Amino acid sequence: MIVKRTFTNRFIQRLLHRFSVRVSVRHGGFRHNLSLPTLLCTHKKTTIFNGIVKFILSVVLLTSGAAIQAAPKIEHWQTKNGVAVYYVYTPEIPMVDLQVVFDAGSSRDGDLPGLATLTSGLLDQGAGGLDADTVSTGFESLGAVFGASAGYDFATVQLRSLTDDTLLTAAIENFKRVLSKPDFPEAALARHRAQRLIGIQAKKQSPSAVAKDAFMRAVYQSHPYANPGEGTQASVSAIGRRDITAFYQQYYVANNALIAIVGAIDRSHAEKIAEDITRDLNPGEKAEPLPPVNNLHQAHNVFIEHPSTQTHILIGQPGLKRDDLDYFPLYVGNHILGGGGMVSRLFAEVREKRGLSYSAYSYFSPMRFAGPFIAGLQTKTEQANAALSVLMENIKSYIETGPTEAELIAAKKNITGSYPMRIDSNAKILGYVVVIAYYKLPLDYLDTFNANVDAVTIDQIKRAFSQRLLPDKLVTVMVGASAEKQKQAPK
Amino acid sequence: MKYSYRPLKIVLLSLVLITPVFADATVTEFRLENGLKLLVKEDHRAPIVVTQVWYKVGGSYEHDGITGLSHVLEHMMFKGTEKFPDGAFSRIIAENGGSDNAFTGPDYTAYFQTLEKSRLAISFELEADRMRFLSLPETAFAKEIEVVKEERRWRTDDRPQSYLYEVAMATAFQTSPYRFPVIGWMQDLDNMTVADLSVWYKKWYAPNNATLVVAGDVKPEAVLTLAKKYFGPLPAGPAMTPKSLKEVAQKGTKRVTVKRPAELPYLMMAYKTPVVKPADGEAQNPLAWEPYALEVLAGILDGGSSARIASRLIRGAEVAAGASAGYRMISRLDNLFILSGTPAKGKTVAALETALRNELLDLQHNPVSAEELQRVKAQVISSDVYEKDSVFYQAMILGILETVGLSWHLADRYVDNVKAITAEQVMMVAKKYLVDDRLTVAVLDPQPMTSQTQRQQRGDPHDR
Repeated sequence: MIVKRTFTNRFIQRLLHRFSVRVSVRHGGFRHNLSLPTLLCTHKKTTIFNGIVKFILSVVLLTSGAAIQAAPKIEHWQTKNGVAVYYVYTPEIPMVDLQVVFDAGSSRDGDLPGLATLTSGLLDQGAGGLDADTVSTGFESLGAVFGASAGYDFATVQLRSLTDDTLLTAAIENFKRVLSKPDFPEAALARHRAQRLIGIQAKKQSPSAVAKDAFMRAVYQSHPYANPGEGTQASVSAIGRRDITAFYQQYYVANNALIAIVGAIDRSHAEKIAEDITRDLNPGEKAEPLPPVNNLHQAHNVFIEHPSTQTHILIGQPGLKRDDLDYFPLYVGNHILGGGGMVSRLFAEVREKRGLSYSAYSYFSPMRFAGPFIAGLQTKTEQANAALSVLMENIKSYIETGPTEAELIAAKKNITGSYPMRIDSNAKILGYVVVIAYYKLPLDYLDTFNANVDAVTIDQIKRAFSQRLLPDKLVTVMVGASAEKQKQAPK
Repeated sequence: MKYSYRPLKIVLLSLVLITPVFADATVTEFRLENGLKLLVKEDHRAPIVVTQVWYKVGGSYEHDGITGLSHVLEHMMFKGTEKFPDGAFSRIIAENGGSDNAFTGPDYTAYFQTLEKSRLAISFELEADRMRFLSLPETAFAKEIEVVKEERRWRTDDRPQSYLYEVAMATAFQTSPYRFPVIGWMQDLDNMTVADLSVWYKKWYAPNNATLVVAGDVKPEAVLTLAKKYFGPLPAGPAMTPKSLKEVAQKGTKRVTVKRPAELPYLMMAYKTPVVKPADGEAQNPLAWEPYALEVLAGILDGGSSARIASRLIRGAEVAAGASAGYRMISRLDNLFILSGTPAKGKTVAALETALRNELLDLQHNPVSAEELQRVKAQVISSDVYEKDSVFYQAMILGILETVGLSWHLADRYVDNVKAITAEQVMMVAKKYLVDDRLTVAVLDPQPMTSQTQRQQRGDPHDR
């Protein structure tokens, strides 16, 4: 999920400045959704599919008879114009988060990659006849925080506010304007387009960003997931105001929306807000179904020259749907292979035993259609081939033989025991609510996740991995200096 | 402003030993006989507990030839003790459903675990053990130092803007140890030995040089009982104070250009500014308000999309594709106010620098509007509420404040101190600190990238 610039990131950046936080961490592969360290160690695992990765983590009853925390109670209803609302009451802190979610992610870009991202970014750049300065002052003078972002599957428009009546009412009023009456001024589009083009250029400096784009292109080929959410130089240059307004009118509509609300407002207040913010949305229509992802028919290797000292390696395939029948075997199985932070096989083999890389990981990123399975590392170019062999051999042997009984037990203990930390903040609860709502997971998803994890067997993992990951059809992307360049490079 | 002077009280409370000395609404402070300070922050929203152990050591405690030592030691802290050999620490935490990690900054090295609340003793036992009994095996070091070099390549060498930042720090600071990168210079990593680490560990890792912060669904007295059980028996080390290494006065603008393969230029302008001092009462320090005025100034420039950088430079003049202002108000030694940015398409770094300087001129000569001041204060008040959503972050604030030599009580006064700032005071700090003689300008001059050629092959990826 390409998170454009969420309010959380912005918020935390300012705090980090205040406390002079510039740190170096031991292990970049944070799998936990603690908001702060995740940002401190911007690691590719958490940046590539930021919003989604944190939701693949799960919840189970504690195994040692310790306190069992009930899952947050998700209440669900529909507004008068048919928008589904998902609401959790958290009375402790006088704040509220609300997100309006549209089926308007970059997989809806069509022939113009970057369209969803640009549309989302322009919402607050002029609305209801007010210019960008007035709109942003309208939130910030209240201490409210506005954000908009577009991922592969969906786009969100979000507001965080104090629950003080005067502040919240004024913030909602401004939010409605942005949501329902964006003006998309021509000048703002020109400016944003120019900024996006610079952003696309900046990605070329980053071997990890280059690798990610190449990986998605190779894995998804003609599927919309193949395109970077930011778009390309050509596509972004071609996007005009008419494209933006058409995209908005088609997808930012009531029948294509849902709302998630988490905070210290009671049910009747939440109902009122939900009615209020959806009232002015056009009814429109639900977005059309998209094509499913095709399996790869052969292995595909990509090498891209880059002046970096390290070579970045990504290996993978189309992997996991959000509502996949094999979700739990693949999730628990991957936890053992490369998802379990500092105790996974890849971490042990690549880093602990050989010192080859700062991070070595694998994960499934569940999406509406088969989201990618990705394993990766980065290492100095001279030893890239050696590191690739270690990575590949470990993936292949795991597909063949699966985990040991001891590994499975340890993984279940970790996943189930970490249940209380999954939902220990409004921000985390909101994240789960949006995923449950958007992907139509059962409302008791959090309550039953534990049992589902505990039910996974070694045989299920072996079967699911060998069916899903075909070693002779893997995509391998390497970005770094070529052998010739290495010889020329001064030390 | 209303301050009270804390250091004296802190001295007194070490005599009181284990009675809670401050009972703030939710923070309780204790000190064990061996000098370990314990802060307990109650947050009963969820049945979890965060443990953080903060050591007063980091990149700014180092000197030429040993840069990066604190951070490498942080990595080696996971390589085992006699009681819990290599790998045991993370395995035990994982089996208990927890997460653990660590981070190193210029002024601190911190270790943390997050667990279900009944398992607090597990993290205490493990942390207490490695506070004094680390093994530092040679074989593990040989691999781990390579991991850290890879981290340096990933974090700094292959990121043009991070590389520029490193050069900018080394240029701005002449005698202050903030000129050293936390990750260390590559040649110092090449030269590092286990013996260096052993000396560093023995010198800094002791209960009297640490703060234990526990936050979550816990009761202070119960936490204290556990802390006494596990950390209490540890012997104190010698009292350690780092040498006073202050920055000499800068006498004119410094400029540095860095050439790296890159797509885009980048500009950093760093001004030497004061930080919050331990003596923050008006009687002891009449300039105690200054950091808060600089904090407000940073908010005026970059406190959101309605702030001046976004509204005047990114929109408005459209001279910046992106830009930011950040002020470091909490650190052990005086630090920087940093402006940075990427020019918009067709604009030069020089044009961006001029535009940023003009914003500073404006702040020096015209009072900020009442609306802007109100907006910054509203944001500070609301952020203070939003921060409470993260237990980890709340613990982190307490740990940082204590570890840089301030008091955790400062967290409670932050909002009031910011609210007290006037437009006049913002103008005064702009005139006093954001001036050429305190400035370092660092520019990334992008060099051609290797032309990106893409080869696609079928078959063995090893054929390159």
